[in-house]
Amino acid sequence: MQPNDLEHIARQIRLRDLQAVFEAGAGHIGGEMSAIDVLTALYFRVLRIWPDQPKHPERDRFVLSKGHVALALYVTLAKRGFIPEAEISTFLKPHSRLNGHPNCNKVPGVETNTGPLGHGLPVAVGMAKATKITGAKYHTYVLTGDGEMQEGSNWEAIASAAQFGLDNLTLIIDHNRFQQGAALRDTNNLAPFASKLQAFGWTVSEINGNVMNEIVPALEKRGNQPHCIVAHTNKGHGISFMQDTVDWHHKVPNAEQYKIALAELSETL
Amino acid sequence: MNAVTPSPKLHDCRDAFVAVLERLGAENSRIVAVCNDSVGSSKLGGFKAKWPERLVNVGIAEQNMVGVGAGLANGGLLPFVCGAACFLTGRSLEQIKADIAYSNANVKLIGISSGMAYGELGPTHHSIEDFAWTRVLPNLPVIAPCDSIETAAAVEWAANFDGPVFLRLSRVGVPDLLPANHTFELGKANLLRDGDAITLIANGTLTHRMVKAAELLDAKGIEARVLNMATVRPLDVDAIVKAAHDTGAILTAEEHSVYGGLGSAIAECVVTEAPVPMKILGVPGVFAPTGSAEFLLDEFGMSPAAIADAAVALIARKPSQA
Repeated sequence: MQPNDLEHIARQIRLRDLQAVFEAGAGHIGGEMSAIDVLTALYFRVLRIWPDQPKHPERDRFVLSKGHVALALYVTLAKRGFIPEAEISTFLKPHSRLNGHPNCNKVPGVETNTGPLGHGLPVAVGMAKATKITGAKYHTYVLTGDGEMQEGSNWEAIASAAQFGLDNLTLIIDHNRFQQGAALRDTNNLAPFASKLQAFGWTVSEINGNVMNEIVPALEKRGNQPHCIVAHTNKGHGISFMQDTVDWHHKVPNAEQYKIALAELSETL
Repeated sequence: MNAVTPSPKLHDCRDAFVAVLERLGAENSRIVAVCNDSVGSSKLGGFKAKWPERLVNVGIAEQNMVGVGAGLANGGLLPFVCGAACFLTGRSLEQIKADIAYSNANVKLIGISSGMAYGELGPTHHSIEDFAWTRVLPNLPVIAPCDSIETAAAVEWAANFDGPVFLRLSRVGVPDLLPANHTFELGKANLLRDGDAITLIANGTLTHRMVKAAELLDAKGIEARVLNMATVRPLDVDAIVKAAHDTGAILTAEEHSVYGGLGSAIAECVVTEAPVPMKILGVPGVFAPTGSAEFLLDEFGMSPAAIADAAVALIARKPSQA
Protein backbone atom coordinates (compact mmCIF):
# COMPACT_ATOMS: atom_id res chain seq x y z
CA MET A 1 0.00 0.00 0.00
CA GLN A 2 1.35 3.44 -0.99
CA PRO A 3 1.60 6.51 1.27
CA ASN A 4 -1.32 8.21 -0.53
CA ASP A 5 -3.56 5.24 0.11
CA LEU A 6 -2.47 5.10 3.75
CA GLU A 7 -3.28 8.79 4.18
CA HIS A 8 -6.73 8.15 2.79
CA ILE A 9 -7.32 5.27 5.22
CA ALA A 10 -6.01 7.35 8.14
CA ARG A 11 -8.56 10.07 7.31
CA GLN A 12 -11.36 7.51 7.25
CA ILE A 13 -10.23 6.17 10.63
CA ARG A 14 -10.09 9.70 12.05
CA LEU A 15 -13.62 10.35 10.83
CA ARG A 16 -15.01 7.13 12.36
CA ASP A 17 -13.14 7.82 15.60
CA LEU A 18 -14.62 11.32 15.82
CA GLN A 19 -18.13 10.00 15.16
CA ALA A 20 -17.73 7.29 17.82
CA VAL A 21 -16.45 9.77 20.43
CA PHE A 22 -19.40 12.04 19.71
CA GLU A 23 -21.90 9.17 19.83
CA ALA A 24 -20.44 7.60 22.99
CA GLY A 25 -19.96 10.97 24.66
CA ALA A 26 -16.48 9.89 25.74
CA GLY A 27 -13.03 9.01 24.45
CA HIS A 28 -9.53 10.41 24.33
CA ILE A 29 -9.81 12.20 21.03
CA GLY A 30 -6.64 14.30 21.21
CA GLY A 31 -4.30 11.34 21.65
CA GLU A 32 -6.31 9.28 19.19
CA MET A 33 -5.87 11.84 16.44
CA SER A 34 -2.14 12.11 17.13
CA ALA A 35 -1.62 8.33 16.94
CA ILE A 36 -3.89 7.33 14.05
CA ASP A 37 -1.28 7.81 11.31
CA VAL A 38 1.13 5.44 13.06
CA LEU A 39 -1.65 2.90 13.69
CA THR A 40 -2.67 3.07 10.03
CA ALA A 41 0.87 2.54 8.77
CA LEU A 42 1.31 -0.40 11.12
CA TYR A 43 -1.93 -2.21 10.31
CA PHE A 44 -2.14 -1.46 6.59
CA ARG A 45 1.49 -1.66 5.58
CA VAL A 46 4.01 -2.85 8.14
CA LEU A 47 2.60 -5.56 10.41
CA ARG A 48 2.68 -9.16 9.24
CA ILE A 49 -0.77 -10.18 10.45
CA TRP A 50 -3.68 -12.41 9.54
CA PRO A 51 -7.02 -10.95 10.73
CA ASP A 52 -8.67 -14.36 10.44
CA GLN A 53 -5.89 -15.90 12.58
CA PRO A 54 -5.33 -13.31 15.32
CA LYS A 55 -3.24 -15.75 17.40
CA HIS A 56 -0.99 -16.91 14.56
CA PRO A 57 2.34 -17.67 16.27
CA GLU A 58 4.38 -15.84 13.61
CA ARG A 59 2.26 -12.66 13.66
CA ASP A 60 4.05 -9.41 14.38
CA ARG A 61 3.13 -8.11 17.82
CA PHE A 62 1.72 -4.65 18.39
CA VAL A 63 1.11 -3.37 21.91
CA LEU A 64 -0.92 -0.23 22.45
CA SER A 65 0.63 0.88 25.71
CA LYS A 66 -1.33 4.14 25.73
CA GLY A 67 -4.45 2.05 26.20
CA HIS A 68 -6.71 5.06 26.71
CA VAL A 69 -6.77 5.60 22.93
CA ALA A 70 -8.40 2.17 22.59
CA LEU A 71 -11.06 3.58 20.29
CA ALA A 72 -8.48 4.45 17.63
CA LEU A 73 -7.22 0.86 17.84
CA TYR A 74 -10.76 -0.56 17.62
CA VAL A 75 -11.55 1.50 14.53
CA THR A 76 -8.25 0.41 12.95
CA LEU A 77 -8.83 -3.26 13.83
CA ALA A 78 -12.36 -3.05 12.42
CA LYS A 79 -11.14 -1.50 9.20
CA ARG A 80 -8.47 -4.21 8.91
CA GLY A 81 -11.04 -6.98 9.43
CA PHE A 82 -10.36 -8.15 12.98
CA ILE A 83 -13.81 -7.10 14.25
CA PRO A 84 -16.98 -6.01 12.42
CA GLU A 85 -17.01 -2.32 11.50
CA ALA A 86 -20.59 -2.06 12.73
CA GLU A 87 -19.42 -3.02 16.21
CA ILE A 88 -17.74 0.37 16.70
CA SER A 89 -21.16 1.80 17.53
CA THR A 90 -21.18 -0.34 20.71
CA PHE A 91 -18.09 1.48 22.08
CA LEU A 92 -18.53 1.91 25.88
CA LYS A 93 -22.10 0.58 25.81
CA PRO A 94 -23.02 -1.87 28.62
CA HIS A 95 -21.46 -5.31 28.01
CA SER A 96 -19.76 -4.18 24.80
CA ARG A 97 -16.37 -5.85 24.39
CA LEU A 98 -15.12 -2.42 23.32
CA ASN A 99 -14.23 -1.10 26.75
CA GLY A 100 -12.45 2.22 27.36
CA HIS A 101 -9.19 0.24 27.44
CA PRO A 102 -8.44 -2.78 25.25
CA ASN A 103 -9.02 -6.35 26.46
CA CYS A 104 -7.00 -9.11 24.80
CA ASN A 105 -9.38 -11.82 25.92
CA LYS A 106 -12.34 -10.17 24.24
CA VAL A 107 -11.04 -8.28 21.21
CA PRO A 108 -9.13 -10.21 18.53
CA GLY A 109 -5.91 -8.47 17.60
CA VAL A 110 -5.29 -7.05 21.07
CA GLU A 111 -2.16 -8.63 22.55
CA THR A 112 -2.26 -7.60 26.23
CA ASN A 113 -4.52 -5.57 28.47
CA THR A 114 -3.34 -2.01 28.91
CA GLY A 115 -4.73 1.04 30.64
CA PRO A 116 -2.45 1.76 33.56
CA LEU A 117 0.52 3.49 31.95
CA GLY A 118 4.01 2.06 31.78
CA HIS A 119 2.87 -1.53 31.20
CA GLY A 120 3.11 -2.08 27.47
CA LEU A 121 6.84 -1.66 26.99
CA PRO A 122 7.91 -4.30 29.57
CA VAL A 123 5.43 -6.75 28.02
CA ALA A 124 6.77 -5.92 24.55
CA VAL A 125 10.31 -6.57 25.80
CA GLY A 126 9.13 -10.03 26.89
CA MET A 127 7.53 -10.65 23.48
CA ALA A 128 10.73 -9.65 21.67
CA LYS A 129 12.92 -11.60 24.09
CA ALA A 130 10.79 -14.73 23.54
CA THR A 131 11.94 -14.93 19.92
CA LYS A 132 15.57 -15.04 21.06
CA ILE A 133 14.67 -18.27 22.86
CA THR A 134 12.17 -19.83 20.45
CA GLY A 135 13.67 -18.64 17.17
CA ALA A 136 10.36 -17.17 15.99
CA LYS A 137 10.76 -14.44 13.39
CA TYR A 138 8.12 -11.90 14.34
CA HIS A 139 8.85 -8.24 15.13
CA THR A 140 7.39 -6.43 18.16
CA TYR A 141 6.11 -2.85 18.08
CA VAL A 142 4.85 -0.85 21.04
CA LEU A 143 3.26 2.60 21.07
CA THR A 144 3.54 4.74 24.20
CA GLY A 145 2.48 8.27 24.98
CA ASP A 146 5.16 10.84 25.71
CA GLY A 147 3.67 11.63 29.12
CA GLU A 148 3.56 7.91 29.78
CA MET A 149 7.35 7.81 29.61
CA GLN A 150 7.30 9.42 33.06
CA GLU A 151 6.48 5.95 34.46
CA GLY A 152 9.67 4.38 35.84
CA SER A 153 8.77 0.88 34.60
CA ASN A 154 9.47 2.09 31.04
CA TRP A 155 13.07 2.83 31.92
CA GLU A 156 13.51 -0.58 33.53
CA ALA A 157 12.29 -2.04 30.24
CA ILE A 158 14.45 0.25 28.09
CA ALA A 159 17.56 -0.85 29.98
CA SER A 160 16.70 -4.54 29.69
CA ALA A 161 15.89 -4.30 25.97
CA ALA A 162 19.39 -2.99 25.32
CA GLN A 163 20.93 -5.60 27.63
CA PHE A 164 19.06 -8.37 25.76
CA GLY A 165 20.10 -6.96 22.36
CA LEU A 166 16.50 -6.78 21.15
CA ASP A 167 17.03 -5.79 17.51
CA ASN A 168 13.46 -6.98 16.87
CA LEU A 169 11.77 -4.37 19.06
CA THR A 170 10.50 -0.97 17.91
CA LEU A 171 9.19 1.56 20.41
CA ILE A 172 7.16 4.46 19.02
CA ILE A 173 6.74 7.41 21.37
CA ASP A 174 3.71 9.48 20.37
CA HIS A 175 5.33 12.81 21.19
CA ASN A 176 2.36 15.16 21.06
CA ARG A 177 3.80 17.25 23.87
CA PHE A 178 0.69 17.16 26.07
CA GLN A 179 -0.41 14.92 28.88
CA GLN A 180 -3.78 14.86 30.59
CA GLY A 181 -3.42 17.96 32.71
CA ALA A 182 -0.82 20.14 31.04
CA ALA A 183 2.06 20.33 28.60
CA LEU A 184 4.93 17.92 29.25
CA ARG A 185 7.34 20.81 29.55
CA ASP A 186 5.24 22.23 32.42
CA THR A 187 4.91 18.87 34.23
CA ASN A 188 7.91 16.55 34.09
CA ASN A 189 9.69 17.27 30.88
CA LEU A 190 11.49 14.20 29.62
CA ALA A 191 12.11 15.75 26.21
CA PRO A 192 14.37 15.48 24.38
CA PHE A 193 13.87 11.72 24.29
CA ALA A 194 16.46 10.84 21.65
CA SER A 195 19.59 11.44 23.68
CA LYS A 196 18.17 9.56 26.65
CA LEU A 197 17.30 6.48 24.59
CA GLN A 198 20.67 6.60 22.84
CA ALA A 199 22.41 6.71 26.21
CA PHE A 200 20.64 3.45 27.09
CA GLY A 201 21.96 1.80 23.91
CA TRP A 202 19.03 2.27 21.55
CA THR A 203 18.99 3.48 17.96
CA VAL A 204 16.71 6.49 17.63
CA SER A 205 14.84 8.00 14.67
CA GLU A 206 13.04 11.32 14.91
CA ILE A 207 10.17 11.77 12.51
CA ASN A 208 7.04 13.73 11.89
CA GLY A 209 4.57 11.17 13.20
CA ASN A 210 1.69 12.55 11.17
CA VAL A 211 3.42 12.16 7.78
CA MET A 212 3.24 8.74 6.09
CA ASN A 213 6.40 9.22 4.05
CA GLU A 214 8.34 9.50 7.29
CA ILE A 215 6.39 6.96 9.35
CA VAL A 216 6.65 3.95 7.03
CA PRO A 217 10.44 3.87 6.51
CA ALA A 218 11.00 4.43 10.21
CA LEU A 219 8.76 1.49 11.12
CA GLU A 220 10.48 -0.70 8.54
CA LYS A 221 13.99 0.24 9.65
CA ARG A 222 16.06 -2.64 11.05
CA GLY A 223 19.40 -2.58 12.86
CA ASN A 224 21.24 -4.40 15.58
CA GLN A 225 19.85 -2.52 18.57
CA PRO A 226 16.34 -1.87 19.86
CA HIS A 227 14.86 1.01 17.86
CA CYS A 228 12.95 4.00 19.21
CA ILE A 229 10.95 6.24 16.92
CA VAL A 230 10.30 9.62 18.48
CA ALA A 231 7.17 10.48 16.53
CA HIS A 232 6.61 14.23 16.71
CA THR A 233 2.85 14.53 16.43
CA ASN A 234 0.07 16.98 17.09
CA LYS A 235 -2.54 16.26 19.69
CA GLY A 236 -5.89 16.46 17.90
CA HIS A 237 -4.19 16.25 14.49
CA GLY A 238 -6.58 16.84 11.60
CA ILE A 239 -9.14 18.92 13.48
CA SER A 240 -8.06 22.54 13.57
CA PHE A 241 -9.53 23.69 16.86
CA MET A 242 -8.31 20.61 18.75
CA GLN A 243 -4.72 20.82 17.63
CA ASP A 244 -2.09 21.38 20.26
CA THR A 245 -4.40 22.26 23.10
CA VAL A 246 -4.41 20.38 26.39
CA ASP A 247 -8.21 20.76 26.59
CA TRP A 248 -8.74 18.04 24.04
CA HIS A 249 -7.14 15.18 25.95
CA HIS A 250 -10.53 13.66 26.68
CA LYS A 251 -13.04 16.40 25.96
CA VAL A 252 -16.05 15.54 23.82
CA PRO A 253 -17.07 17.94 21.06
CA ASN A 254 -20.49 19.61 21.37
CA ALA A 255 -22.89 19.52 18.43
CA GLU A 256 -21.48 22.68 16.90
CA GLN A 257 -17.86 21.54 17.27
CA TYR A 258 -18.74 18.12 15.95
CA LYS A 259 -20.18 19.66 12.80
CA ILE A 260 -17.02 21.69 12.20
CA ALA A 261 -14.73 18.72 12.88
CA LEU A 262 -16.80 16.48 10.64
CA ALA A 263 -16.61 18.99 7.83
CA GLU A 264 -12.85 19.40 8.19
CA LEU A 265 -12.15 15.67 8.12
CA SER A 266 -14.69 15.02 5.33
CA GLU A 267 -13.30 17.66 3.04
CA THR A 268 -9.89 15.98 3.00
CA LEU A 269 -11.37 12.58 2.19
CA MET B 1 -8.14 -42.08 59.88
CA ASN B 2 -4.56 -42.15 61.03
CA ALA B 3 -3.14 -38.78 61.94
CA VAL B 4 -0.10 -37.70 59.97
CA THR B 5 3.32 -37.93 61.52
CA PRO B 6 5.71 -35.13 60.60
CA SER B 7 9.01 -36.34 59.16
CA PRO B 8 12.01 -35.83 61.47
CA LYS B 9 13.97 -34.18 58.66
CA LEU B 10 13.22 -30.57 57.72
CA HIS B 11 13.13 -29.46 54.08
CA ASP B 12 13.64 -26.12 52.36
CA CYS B 13 10.72 -26.09 49.88
CA ARG B 14 12.78 -24.15 47.34
CA ASP B 15 14.73 -27.37 46.74
CA ALA B 16 11.53 -29.21 45.82
CA PHE B 17 10.52 -26.31 43.57
CA VAL B 18 13.72 -26.27 41.54
CA ALA B 19 13.95 -30.06 41.39
CA VAL B 20 10.55 -30.19 39.67
CA LEU B 21 11.29 -27.13 37.56
CA GLU B 22 14.47 -28.73 36.24
CA ARG B 23 12.77 -32.06 35.64
CA LEU B 24 9.93 -30.38 33.72
CA GLY B 25 12.40 -28.08 32.00
CA ALA B 26 14.20 -31.10 30.55
CA GLU B 27 10.91 -32.35 29.07
CA ASN B 28 9.52 -29.00 27.95
CA SER B 29 11.80 -26.45 26.31
CA ARG B 30 9.04 -23.82 26.59
CA ILE B 31 9.71 -23.55 30.32
CA VAL B 32 11.79 -20.48 31.15
CA ALA B 33 12.77 -18.94 34.48
CA VAL B 34 12.56 -15.18 34.95
CA CYS B 35 14.18 -13.47 37.92
CA ASN B 36 15.31 -10.18 39.39
CA ASP B 37 18.97 -10.79 40.21
CA SER B 38 17.65 -13.62 42.38
CA VAL B 39 19.36 -16.65 40.82
CA GLY B 40 20.81 -17.59 44.22
CA SER B 41 17.84 -16.86 46.46
CA SER B 42 15.48 -18.59 44.01
CA LYS B 43 17.95 -21.49 43.73
CA LEU B 44 17.99 -21.18 39.94
CA GLY B 45 21.71 -21.93 39.62
CA GLY B 46 21.07 -25.48 38.38
CA PHE B 47 18.48 -24.31 35.84
CA LYS B 48 20.87 -21.62 34.61
CA ALA B 49 23.73 -24.10 34.26
CA LYS B 50 21.57 -26.42 32.15
CA TRP B 51 19.78 -23.84 30.02
CA PRO B 52 21.48 -20.42 30.27
CA GLU B 53 19.46 -19.12 27.32
CA ARG B 54 16.22 -19.95 29.15
CA LEU B 55 17.10 -17.99 32.28
CA VAL B 56 15.89 -14.40 31.84
CA ASN B 57 17.40 -12.17 34.50
CA VAL B 58 16.04 -8.62 34.21
CA GLY B 59 18.11 -7.31 37.09
CA ILE B 60 16.64 -5.49 40.06
CA ALA B 61 13.46 -4.39 38.31
CA GLU B 62 10.35 -6.22 39.48
CA GLN B 63 7.76 -4.30 37.48
CA ASN B 64 9.68 -5.05 34.33
CA MET B 65 10.16 -8.66 35.45
CA VAL B 66 6.42 -9.32 35.66
CA GLY B 67 5.68 -7.49 32.41
CA VAL B 68 8.46 -9.39 30.65
CA GLY B 69 6.96 -12.61 32.01
CA ALA B 70 3.62 -11.73 30.40
CA GLY B 71 5.37 -10.97 27.10
CA LEU B 72 7.31 -14.24 27.14
CA ALA B 73 4.04 -16.10 27.64
CA ASN B 74 2.53 -14.20 24.70
CA GLY B 75 5.51 -15.38 22.66
CA GLY B 76 4.66 -19.03 23.39
CA LEU B 77 6.87 -19.71 26.41
CA LEU B 78 5.91 -20.95 29.87
CA PRO B 79 7.55 -18.53 32.31
CA PHE B 80 8.16 -19.16 36.00
CA VAL B 81 8.73 -15.66 37.39
CA CYS B 82 10.69 -15.99 40.61
CA GLY B 83 11.48 -13.34 43.17
CA ALA B 84 11.33 -12.63 46.86
CA ALA B 85 7.61 -12.63 47.63
CA CYS B 86 7.75 -9.20 49.29
CA PHE B 87 9.11 -7.53 46.14
CA LEU B 88 7.35 -9.70 43.58
CA THR B 89 3.92 -8.87 44.98
CA GLY B 90 4.45 -5.49 46.63
CA ARG B 91 6.49 -3.84 43.91
CA SER B 92 4.63 -5.33 40.95
CA LEU B 93 1.05 -5.64 42.14
CA GLU B 94 -0.38 -3.57 39.28
CA GLN B 95 1.58 -5.65 36.75
CA ILE B 96 0.23 -8.82 38.40
CA LYS B 97 -3.29 -7.39 38.15
CA ALA B 98 -3.22 -5.98 34.60
CA ASP B 99 -0.53 -7.93 32.72
CA ILE B 100 -1.02 -11.34 34.35
CA ALA B 101 -4.45 -11.85 35.96
CA TYR B 102 -6.64 -9.57 33.82
CA SER B 103 -4.77 -10.46 30.63
CA ASN B 104 -4.92 -14.16 31.59
CA ALA B 105 -1.23 -14.61 30.82
CA ASN B 106 0.00 -18.16 31.37
CA VAL B 107 2.65 -17.09 33.88
CA LYS B 108 3.57 -18.78 37.13
CA LEU B 109 4.50 -16.28 39.82
CA ILE B 110 6.77 -17.88 42.42
CA GLY B 111 7.04 -15.84 45.62
CA ILE B 112 10.21 -17.00 47.32
CA SER B 113 11.03 -16.58 51.03
CA SER B 114 7.50 -15.52 51.85
CA GLY B 115 6.08 -14.70 55.25
CA MET B 116 8.79 -13.74 57.73
CA ALA B 117 11.40 -16.06 56.23
CA TYR B 118 13.85 -13.17 56.07
CA GLY B 119 13.38 -12.81 59.84
CA GLU B 120 16.01 -10.46 61.16
CA LEU B 121 16.19 -8.49 57.91
CA GLY B 122 13.01 -6.90 59.13
CA PRO B 123 9.53 -5.90 57.96
CA THR B 124 10.73 -4.44 54.62
CA HIS B 125 11.65 -7.99 53.65
CA HIS B 126 8.69 -9.74 55.24
CA SER B 127 5.89 -10.74 52.93
CA ILE B 128 2.91 -10.94 55.26
CA GLU B 129 0.53 -8.97 53.03
CA ASP B 130 0.71 -11.03 49.84
CA PHE B 131 -2.37 -13.20 50.43
CA ALA B 132 -4.41 -10.05 50.98
CA TRP B 133 -3.03 -8.37 47.86
CA THR B 134 -3.33 -11.32 45.52
CA ARG B 135 -6.46 -13.11 46.66
CA VAL B 136 -8.68 -10.18 45.65
CA LEU B 137 -7.55 -10.54 42.04
CA PRO B 138 -9.89 -12.53 39.79
CA ASN B 139 -8.34 -15.30 37.74
CA LEU B 140 -5.30 -15.85 39.97
CA PRO B 141 -5.07 -19.03 42.07
CA VAL B 142 -3.16 -18.34 45.29
CA ILE B 143 -1.34 -21.33 46.77
CA ALA B 144 0.94 -21.81 49.80
CA PRO B 145 2.15 -25.43 50.07
CA CYS B 146 2.86 -26.85 53.52
CA ASP B 147 5.84 -29.10 52.81
CA SER B 148 8.29 -30.18 50.13
CA ILE B 149 5.91 -32.88 48.85
CA GLU B 150 3.04 -30.46 48.34
CA THR B 151 5.45 -27.91 46.83
CA ALA B 152 6.62 -30.41 44.24
CA ALA B 153 3.03 -31.46 43.49
CA ALA B 154 1.86 -27.85 43.22
CA VAL B 155 4.70 -26.87 40.87
CA GLU B 156 3.87 -29.80 38.62
CA TRP B 157 0.18 -28.87 38.72
CA ALA B 158 0.96 -25.21 37.95
CA ALA B 159 3.07 -26.15 34.93
CA ASN B 160 0.13 -28.07 33.49
CA PHE B 161 -2.51 -25.49 34.41
CA ASP B 162 -3.39 -23.13 31.55
CA GLY B 163 -3.46 -19.79 33.32
CA PRO B 164 -1.75 -17.60 35.88
CA VAL B 165 -0.81 -18.91 39.32
CA PHE B 166 0.74 -17.34 42.42
CA LEU B 167 2.73 -19.89 44.38
CA ARG B 168 4.02 -18.78 47.77
CA LEU B 169 7.08 -20.59 49.07
CA SER B 170 9.19 -20.25 52.20
CA ARG B 171 12.84 -20.92 52.83
CA VAL B 172 12.37 -22.01 56.42
CA GLY B 173 12.75 -25.77 56.91
CA VAL B 174 9.51 -27.70 57.41
CA PRO B 175 8.86 -31.43 57.98
CA ASP B 176 7.10 -33.47 55.34
CA LEU B 177 3.47 -34.13 56.20
CA LEU B 178 1.74 -35.36 53.07
CA PRO B 179 2.22 -38.82 51.54
CA ALA B 180 4.99 -39.12 48.96
CA ASN B 181 2.45 -39.88 46.19
CA HIS B 182 0.36 -36.78 46.96
CA THR B 183 -1.32 -35.12 43.98
CA PHE B 184 -2.15 -31.43 44.20
CA GLU B 185 -5.75 -30.42 43.58
CA LEU B 186 -6.57 -26.72 43.30
CA GLY B 187 -9.03 -25.57 45.94
CA LYS B 188 -8.99 -28.86 47.84
CA ALA B 189 -7.98 -28.99 51.49
CA ASN B 190 -6.21 -32.05 52.87
CA LEU B 191 -7.49 -33.73 56.02
CA LEU B 192 -4.39 -34.41 58.12
CA ARG B 193 -6.15 -35.50 61.29
CA ASP B 194 -9.79 -35.97 62.13
CA GLY B 195 -11.65 -34.82 65.20
CA ASP B 196 -14.93 -33.29 66.29
CA ALA B 197 -14.04 -30.75 68.99
CA ILE B 198 -12.57 -28.06 66.77
CA THR B 199 -10.99 -27.63 63.32
CA LEU B 200 -7.50 -26.21 62.93
CA ILE B 201 -6.82 -24.83 59.44
CA ALA B 202 -3.46 -23.61 58.18
CA ASN B 203 -1.14 -23.59 55.20
CA GLY B 204 2.52 -23.03 54.45
CA THR B 205 4.85 -23.12 57.44
CA LEU B 206 1.96 -23.18 59.92
CA THR B 207 0.47 -26.52 58.95
CA HIS B 208 3.05 -28.60 60.81
CA ARG B 209 2.62 -26.37 63.86
CA MET B 210 -1.11 -27.10 63.71
CA VAL B 211 -0.39 -30.83 63.56
CA LYS B 212 1.80 -30.55 66.67
CA ALA B 213 -0.87 -28.45 68.43
CA ALA B 214 -3.41 -31.17 67.64
CA GLU B 215 -1.10 -33.74 69.27
CA LEU B 216 -0.95 -31.56 72.41
CA LEU B 217 -4.74 -31.28 72.39
CA ASP B 218 -5.02 -35.04 71.95
CA ALA B 219 -2.97 -35.48 75.13
CA LYS B 220 -5.64 -33.41 76.90
CA GLY B 221 -8.38 -35.61 75.45
CA ILE B 222 -9.45 -33.06 72.84
CA GLU B 223 -9.90 -34.39 69.31
CA ALA B 224 -9.04 -31.67 66.81
CA ARG B 225 -9.51 -31.90 63.05
CA VAL B 226 -6.55 -30.52 61.08
CA LEU B 227 -6.95 -29.25 57.53
CA ASN B 228 -4.09 -28.19 55.33
CA MET B 229 -5.50 -25.48 53.07
CA ALA B 230 -2.78 -24.54 50.60
CA THR B 231 -5.21 -22.87 48.22
CA VAL B 232 -6.30 -19.49 49.54
CA ARG B 233 -8.18 -18.80 46.31
CA PRO B 234 -10.31 -20.54 45.19
CA LEU B 235 -11.25 -21.55 48.70
CA ASP B 236 -12.42 -25.06 49.63
CA VAL B 237 -15.87 -23.91 50.76
CA ASP B 238 -17.16 -27.46 51.19
CA ALA B 239 -14.37 -28.42 53.61
CA ILE B 240 -14.91 -25.22 55.63
CA VAL B 241 -18.69 -25.64 55.86
CA LYS B 242 -18.26 -29.30 56.81
CA ALA B 243 -15.71 -28.32 59.47
CA ALA B 244 -18.13 -25.76 60.88
CA HIS B 245 -21.01 -28.26 60.98
CA ASP B 246 -18.94 -31.18 62.31
CA THR B 247 -16.77 -29.41 64.89
CA GLY B 248 -18.52 -26.10 65.70
CA ALA B 249 -15.33 -24.01 65.95
CA ILE B 250 -12.53 -23.04 63.56
CA LEU B 251 -9.06 -21.84 64.47
CA THR B 252 -6.79 -20.62 61.68
CA ALA B 253 -3.08 -19.82 61.67
CA GLU B 254 -0.86 -18.39 58.95
CA GLU B 255 2.52 -16.73 58.40
CA HIS B 256 0.70 -13.59 57.24
CA SER B 257 -1.09 -10.61 58.71
CA VAL B 258 -4.37 -11.44 60.43
CA TYR B 259 -5.85 -8.86 58.07
CA GLY B 260 -6.88 -10.20 54.70
CA GLY B 261 -5.18 -13.58 54.62
CA LEU B 262 -6.25 -17.22 54.90
CA GLY B 263 -8.11 -16.65 58.17
CA SER B 264 -9.97 -13.69 56.70
CA ALA B 265 -10.90 -15.71 53.62
CA ILE B 266 -12.20 -18.54 55.79
CA ALA B 267 -14.06 -16.07 58.02
CA GLU B 268 -15.79 -14.59 54.95
CA CYS B 269 -16.95 -18.08 54.12
CA VAL B 270 -17.93 -19.04 57.69
CA VAL B 271 -19.91 -15.89 58.38
CA THR B 272 -21.96 -16.27 55.22
CA GLU B 273 -22.27 -20.06 54.99
CA ALA B 274 -22.04 -21.58 58.47
CA PRO B 275 -21.42 -19.16 61.37
CA VAL B 276 -19.43 -20.70 64.24
CA PRO B 277 -16.89 -19.21 66.70
CA MET B 278 -13.53 -18.53 65.03
CA LYS B 279 -10.10 -17.32 65.99
CA ILE B 280 -7.52 -16.08 63.49
CA LEU B 281 -3.85 -16.40 64.40
CA GLY B 282 -1.20 -14.57 62.41
CA VAL B 283 0.85 -11.41 62.57
CA PRO B 284 -1.41 -9.11 64.56
CA GLY B 285 -1.29 -6.00 62.38
CA VAL B 286 2.14 -4.78 63.47
CA PHE B 287 5.59 -4.46 61.94
CA ALA B 288 7.48 -7.34 63.50
CA PRO B 289 10.35 -6.80 65.94
CA THR B 290 13.80 -8.23 65.21
CA GLY B 291 13.95 -11.99 65.21
CA SER B 292 14.05 -15.15 63.13
CA ALA B 293 10.89 -16.45 61.47
CA GLU B 294 10.58 -19.25 64.00
CA PHE B 295 11.09 -16.81 66.88
CA LEU B 296 8.49 -14.42 65.47
CA LEU B 297 5.89 -17.12 64.93
CA ASP B 298 6.29 -18.09 68.59
CA GLU B 299 6.29 -14.42 69.59
CA PHE B 300 2.95 -13.92 67.85
CA GLY B 301 1.27 -16.82 69.64
CA MET B 302 1.80 -19.54 67.07
CA SER B 303 3.95 -22.04 68.94
CA PRO B 304 2.20 -25.43 69.07
CA ALA B 305 1.52 -24.90 72.80
CA ALA B 306 0.07 -21.42 72.26
CA ILE B 307 -2.07 -22.70 69.37
CA ALA B 308 -3.35 -25.49 71.62
CA ASP B 309 -4.20 -22.93 74.33
CA ALA B 310 -6.03 -20.78 71.77
CA ALA B 311 -7.96 -23.87 70.69
CA VAL B 312 -9.03 -24.64 74.26
CA ALA B 313 -10.18 -21.03 74.73
CA LEU B 314 -12.09 -21.15 71.44
CA ILE B 315 -13.80 -24.43 72.31
CA ALA B 316 -15.05 -22.75 75.50
CA ARG B 317 -16.83 -20.20 73.30
CA LYS B 318 -18.85 -22.83 71.45
CA PRO B 319 -22.56 -22.39 72.24
CA SER B 320 -22.70 -26.05 73.31
CA GLN B 321 -20.17 -25.27 76.07
CA ALA B 322 -22.12 -22.30 77.50
